[in-house]
Amino acid sequence: MATLTVHGVPKSFGKVAVLHGIDLSVADGEMIVIVGASGCGKSTLLRIVAGLETATEGRIVISGADVTRLEPAERDIAMVFQNYALYPHMSVFENMSYGLRIRGVPKPEIARRVQQAAEMLGLGALLQRRPRELSGGQRQRVAMGRAIVREPKLFLFDEPLSNLDAKLRVAMRAEIKRLQRRLGVTSLFVTHDQVEAMTLGDRLVVMNQGRAAQVATPMEIFARPADTYVAGFIGSPAMNFLPATLTEGGLGARIADGPVIRFADGPRPGMAGRALTLGIRPEHFALGGPLPLTPDLIEPLGSETVVHGRLPSGQEVTLRLAGMPASLGTLEIGIRAEHLHVFDGETGLRMDAQPAAALTPAWQGG
Amino acid sequence: MRKKVIFPQVGLPYLLLLPQLAITFVFFFLPAGQAIWFSFLRQDAFGIRTEFVGLENFVELFQDPLYLDSVWITLVFSFWVTALAMSVALGLAVLADRHIRGATAYKTLLIWPYAIAPAVAAVLWIFIFHPQIGLLGKFLNGIGVRWDYKLNGTQALITVIVASAWKQVSYNFLFFLAGLQSIPRSVLEAAAIDGASPARRFWTVVFPLLSPTTFFLLVINLTYAFFDTFGVIDALTKGGPAKATSTLIYRAYIDGRVNLDLGSSSAQSVVLMLAVIALTAVQFRFIERKVHY
Repeated sequence: MATLTVHGVPKSFGKVAVLHGIDLSVADGEMIVIVGASGCGKSTLLRIVAGLETATEGRIVISGADVTRLEPAERDIAMVFQNYALYPHMSVFENMSYGLRIRGVPKPEIARRVQQAAEMLGLGALLQRRPRELSGGQRQRVAMGRAIVREPKLFLFDEPLSNLDAKLRVAMRAEIKRLQRRLGVTSLFVTHDQVEAMTLGDRLVVMNQGRAAQVATPMEIFARPADTYVAGFIGSPAMNFLPATLTEGGLGARIADGPVIRFADGPRPGMAGRALTLGIRPEHFALGGPLPLTPDLIEPLGSETVVHGRLPSGQEVTLRLAGMPASLGTLEIGIRAEHLHVFDGETGLRMDAQPAAALTPAWQGG
Repeated sequence: MRKKVIFPQVGLPYLLLLPQLAITFVFFFLPAGQAIWFSFLRQDAFGIRTEFVGLENFVELFQDPLYLDSVWITLVFSFWVTALAMSVALGLAVLADRHIRGATAYKTLLIWPYAIAPAVAAVLWIFIFHPQIGLLGKFLNGIGVRWDYKLNGTQALITVIVASAWKQVSYNFLFFLAGLQSIPRSVLEAAAIDGASPARRFWTVVFPLLSPTTFFLLVINLTYAFFDTFGVIDALTKGGPAKATSTLIYRAYIDGRVNLDLGSSSAQSVVLMLAVIALTAVQFRFIERKVHY
């Protein structure tokens, strides 16, 4: 039971800055998923929290105690590694009890805790086996068990599911979620898989090039991505981005070589002609509209169809349509304006509608 | 997975094996067979008369207290050479495995002794141990220790043990370092997070995971100490003083080459051959079965 606070931890390997300072506050019992493409610094952040790397500066606080200068052993954390990192020469029981034996926990207590965790994870019959006699999923469970028996303040997961096959991954994902709920241990979970991130996290940290692009709940991130990186990273197939310009009064956007779309939720600040990027998810197109789309690849998935095509401007667009479109010729498509995401064309940051009260000259400054 | 190659003709595989087999035959089976044959013979000092004596050479050998002394000296010598060479190498490998500045230079320097000829190594140790001109020898005599490995048998044994072990440290170092580097980092990190101190990590995780390497090196080092230390001993002490450093291999050489007792020398060679076969068998049996982590 613990909280975790990360105060601006930048990290450089030699001259290469991997992290540019992240601030993160994790509530007791919360599961935070750190997600991002490889090389974004997510594992480094986790390893800094674990104490396996030292931050160039900044502070790590666990339950109010500053642990920045402490060794991993003194932080009372447990970590599950991508390759499980089981001790190959020890049995499952010895693997799970190693940390307890080091801490001098009495033997009956060790046996009780290991037994309990083993039952919880369905490992009861495997306690005398060596890791190499286990399947990938079982090894994964042992790694989890080793973390659980320690009853640590903090669980750290470093892409624990990426070595499993697809089916097992889904099963283990649900199992991890249930366990974490049941034990109520504050957790950090690193992954590059957006589905894992969306399903596991109470909140997500979407990382991009050593910065936290957005920290929010999964639905918040899906519904209101903070910038084009987050918008493109979360959601599959990825969001479409159309270059556009702001129209007079900020009431709508003119798609390059195309029609004007009126914002459904209110005007955006800025002068007419300001460069915008419109984000529209594949499922938020509607058949029947002002945009002619020439399909060049159709992927029927049964209940839905993914259509890849081009607008007259040459812009590539991906659509997700319910069922199968009647004709496969040029499709007339429209954008459901209530699902439109508007981003600044230069910075890529999200531009929200001005509140109605501030409508008048307030947005002239842009 | 074993790769199975299918040859169109029956002859080709044998032809490909032939060079290797020919070399083994000429340089091993032929002399070994000769040694076995000679071990059953006895020649007079001038090599004029030769008679077949059966196992008499062996019986005499094992009744000779000097030979039994040699066996004991060899065991003591081999034990210490192996223990010293392996423990020092392991220590150095652990240090080199850490990410230290100049690790490459350090590793290169450590590997050098392996490239030095035994005789040269021995000369080098003379410059260290010699009572009058050696660095350490002079120092020891200076502080009142009566050090002269040419007169004192124990000191002579220490000298050849240290010199022989030193030559083998490089080899062991290379293998230990490779062994250490093949231990996954994450396993050590897991142990660190589990709360194990560096020393505890070493004894409960690193050392057990190194055991296949350690066992392999144990056999190799024993073999080295038994059979490959002739050059060092010959250059440093010539088996003396009073046969205090006369190991089995050195005695076989003296009896055969210097005393020209071919029968006894051959019998000794056969005994040594059996020892090396035993060691190799142990090695194959356990290395084949060794646990792969």
